[in-house]
Amino acid sequence: MSVIYLLITISIIVALLFLYAFIKAVKQGQFDDDYTPSVRMLFDDETKPNDNKTNKD
Amino acid sequence: MNTHNCFHCGLIIEKKEEIVFEQKSFCCNGCKTVYEIFSLNGLTDYYNFEKAPGATPQDIKGKYDFLENEAIVNRLLDFKEEHTHIISLYIPHIHCSSCIWILENLHRLCPGISSSQVNFHEKKARILFNPQVVSLTQIVYLLNSIGYEPYISLDNYDSQKKNVDRSLIYKLGVAFFCFGNIMLLSFPEYFEVEEYWLDNYRGFFRWLIFALALPSFIYAASGYYVSAFKSIRAGMLNIDIPIALGLVVMFVRSTVDIVFGYGSGFFDSLAGLVFFMLLGRLFQQKTYNFLSFERDFKSYFPIAVTKIVGGQEIAIPVYDVVMGDRLLIRNSELIPVDGILMSDTTSIDYSFVTGEAEPITKKSGDKIYAGGRQMGPVVEMQVLSSVSQSYLTQLWSNEVFAKKDNRTYKTLTDTISRYFTPVLLLIAVVSFSIWIFIDTTTAFNVFTAVLIVACPCALALSAPFTVGNVLRIMGNRKLYLKNATVIEQMAKVDTIVFDKTGTITTNKKSEITYQGEYIDNKERAFIKSLLRGSNHPLSRRLYEFLPASQLLPVDDFKEVTGKGIQGTIDGFYIRIGSAAFVGEEPDTVLQTNVHISINRNYQGKYVFDNQYRDGLGELFAQLGKGYELKILSGDNEGEREILQSLLPKGTELIFNQKPEQKLAYIEQLQQQGKNVMMVGDGLNDAGALAQSNVGISISENVNVFSPACDGILDASQFKKLGWFLKFSKNTITTIKLSFTLSLLYNVVGLSFAVTGKLQPLTAAIIMPLSTITIVSFVTLMSNYFARRR
Repeated sequence: MSVIYLLITISIIVALLFLYAFIKAVKQGQFDDDYTPSVRMLFDDETKPNDNKTNKD
Repeated sequence: MNTHNCFHCGLIIEKKEEIVFEQKSFCCNGCKTVYEIFSLNGLTDYYNFEKAPGATPQDIKGKYDFLENEAIVNRLLDFKEEHTHIISLYIPHIHCSSCIWILENLHRLCPGISSSQVNFHEKKARILFNPQVVSLTQIVYLLNSIGYEPYISLDNYDSQKKNVDRSLIYKLGVAFFCFGNIMLLSFPEYFEVEEYWLDNYRGFFRWLIFALALPSFIYAASGYYVSAFKSIRAGMLNIDIPIALGLVVMFVRSTVDIVFGYGSGFFDSLAGLVFFMLLGRLFQQKTYNFLSFERDFKSYFPIAVTKIVGGQEIAIPVYDVVMGDRLLIRNSELIPVDGILMSDTTSIDYSFVTGEAEPITKKSGDKIYAGGRQMGPVVEMQVLSSVSQSYLTQLWSNEVFAKKDNRTYKTLTDTISRYFTPVLLLIAVVSFSIWIFIDTTTAFNVFTAVLIVACPCALALSAPFTVGNVLRIMGNRKLYLKNATVIEQMAKVDTIVFDKTGTITTNKKSEITYQGEYIDNKERAFIKSLLRGSNHPLSRRLYEFLPASQLLPVDDFKEVTGKGIQGTIDGFYIRIGSAAFVGEEPDTVLQTNVHISINRNYQGKYVFDNQYRDGLGELFAQLGKGYELKILSGDNEGEREILQSLLPKGTELIFNQKPEQKLAYIEQLQQQGKNVMMVGDGLNDAGALAQSNVGISISENVNVFSPACDGILDASQFKKLGWFLKFSKNTITTIKLSFTLSLLYNVVGLSFAVTGKLQPLTAAIIMPLSTITIVSFVTLMSNYFARRR
């Protein structure tokens, strides 16, 4: 049954890794702007220059 | 496609000025040019994200010449290397996804730009460029040519890299980590099953939970201990005291429990409590990053000025201006320092500094003061003092204005907690002393259980969540408040003081249009010459509006009070005045008109656009019922009568007020025990705004400038001021109701605690349950009140 020690230790270590990743992300400023990225991801990667005649609203 | 609105900027197109290009209509050449730039570069996707997202480019020739000066540029840059420069530019026009898209595709318009990134909330674009290919000036001009003029002011010049305070997010992360893991590890204990392996590993689980609780208890909750300690030292009982007390007792009791094997302790509740309360803090921490509530003259001042040295114009930083310099001030530029006017004549608009609406005419040799806006053509001036010694700067550093708001407001939560803490301690002591006669161990358990279960988590959460939600709702409706306490202050207001110029009137004042038969230049000269003799405010305004022309001698000039003026010029008999005066039917529409007749033939009328804000009459009628209204104006008494007709009877009108007098007036009202809200706009109101209980600044463009204040209201929403005040009152009602609700939970919890039956599981259920009900209750209530008219 002592496998429980191992399993829980591993699970806590995994959780700690996520906490570390979170703190690192905050430090890099990834949480400073919570709006722009959500819009940015919707843009097409590359718009075709000749496409503009058809793109009317 | 909508043919009535400009394809680029969405403004309504005047039929005469419509420009059609590629089957799209534009309101002006500027908008068409922007479209051309985009379509040439294959960037017309810009128009697909949002309808008519653009702005008309302004004429900024010469305005940014100072960016050629390397010293200035260096102060502005974030990062500098031979091939890469990074600059963050504040661009007020950023407002939609199209803006983000075009600004992040700048590299396709300009090869020197390698990439750009937009921060929408801060309205900033961070641009990476190669200085050997493109200069900062070119980038600024490019931005302007596509309608995104950056705003560069003296504020940028001094700004150090601001350290963003992210500690709350770190704490929240740690608290959630602890909370989640403790909850998982606590589950076996909740069911109290007598099982071999559970008994065997109980110690391991408990000590692991203890270890996980430590970061939450020590680091994540640290803010509460600090705040509780501070408030005890200040002799005030705030809500953080029972919270900190509850947390400490919870931790000590739980530790004792697991050390002596009494039970599993309350670490799960502890970690949950910390997490939820931090969440509440985060929710309340709604800030409008792109707005600054502490702005001073610096963000109003230009960063550089044009100096004339030996006939050459060079841009120098405004701080480098010294006595004796010769400066060139263009139209609508700000005068940065006190000096002497060298050019012939000009008019200077001091409305922002003094509240005086009319521009003042200055002649060569007159002294001109910093802070005025130059309204005439290009002028030259001789500097008399440095920037820091100018009248405006000194006014600003004047003690009265520098007086920071030190008054500590007692918030609603503080008021409740003043009673809450003693009552809580009383219950704990009483139940302890009763139980001590029955059973000593239970007595200690009861004592700690009371402090644990009564830990006012829900109570502490209700105000932040309500206020946070309300701040968001108000922000969506364009009233941006500095922080949460402003709402409580707003609800208490009983007197509202309005500034006149720029607040209840709009700044765009000289909107005069002519309707009627065509009048030629000669006739216009007649009108102007006749107007010259009259001192009536309308005459003065019309006189200034008409183009300069040769003034002719007037014969038989006569002014009929309240009606108009008449006279003969060059054989023409001219009458200017009310409709009846020129022999027309009286006006039916409520407009200010000045009618013209020449030789008894009716010509037409000059229509004065109502310069008062929309819905002013209704707003005052609405506010007049519940509030004492006052008008403070830096202007003269010229408009007393018009104002009196708009305002409810008995409204006090005070004119010719200097900034210091305004401040003193507010102070005097406060000494009479009134809660004053000041609504103002300019630098001249800054002192009054700071002194008042709630200072609201009205701004035509919230991004540009407003004096230090508690809230910024978009000018278009001015008529909704009454609604905002009512909403703030309802907010307080919501908070009070939620207090009652959370106190009920406390009563239930306490009934478990005093009878000695509090199990860790009960605590673990009551705590999140109360939190969730309170949070959903206040959110629903504030949204309901927001929808109500």
